[in-house]
Amino acid sequence: MTYTHTLVIEKELPYAPEKIWRALTQGPLIKEWLMDNDFQPIVGHKFNFRSTPVPNWDGIINSEVLIIEPHKRLSFSWSSMGMDSVVVWTLTATGGGTLLRMEQSGFPSDQSAAYKGATYGWQKFIGNLERVVAGLH
Amino acid sequence: MGYELTMLAAPAEVFTALADPTRRALFERLSRDGALTVRMLTDLAGVSQPAVSKHLGILKHAGLVHARHSGRQTHYTAQPHALAPLVDWMSYYSRFWHDRFDRLENLLKRMDQ
Repeated sequence: MTYTHTLVIEKELPYAPEKIWRALTQGPLIKEWLMDNDFQPIVGHKFNFRSTPVPNWDGIINSEVLIIEPHKRLSFSWSSMGMDSVVVWTLTATGGGTLLRMEQSGFPSDQSAAYKGATYGWQKFIGNLERVVAGLH
Repeated sequence: MGYELTMLAAPAEVFTALADPTRRALFERLSRDGALTVRMLTDLAGVSQPAVSKHLGILKHAGLVHARHSGRQTHYTAQPHALAPLVDWMSYYSRFWHDRFDRLENLLKRMDQ
């Protein structure tokens, strides 16, 4: 098994980017597949995802819209329980539909400013790390 | 039922310890080369010995390195099992997002009409 610090999920879907974009950026539609939310497709908009509270966790994810490129790219932060991460959605039109890619990269809350410059280092580190963690689970 | 978000042990301390490139380099070096002293690590790290000691302290606090004293020397070794919270975080969200992709596909099917 391979573990990386950046989680990537990619899937080709038989729908146009415009349609997938709607499902990713309209609050009531987001609620249907992800979580209740007060998302708005405006860069800088701060919002929450809300799931069912459980013991020791209020079920709330704090987010901020980071990138809006209609039908192409969407990014928001994802902060919960002391862990920050950034989620990036990329939509690429293909012959039969859209290649939808999600990347989630995690880092600790107090390092968010330093993170951008450190991305390359992280990738390299995690590449090397895969060998180390290979036998963990 | 889909895969719901539940309580997840935050791996923040491990992430914080590894967020610094010098500490990552030190940890990598120890993972690869086994037990090394502060002096050996200083020669390799390109920063001062006090700085290396401070970084090692943070790695040690996060459980990522172990210090063994013998005489006047201290040998540091990597503790790869301390990476488990990071690994857990990744596998947790992997399951979560795969489930959400399925839900998204179901929604897109319904939106067709």
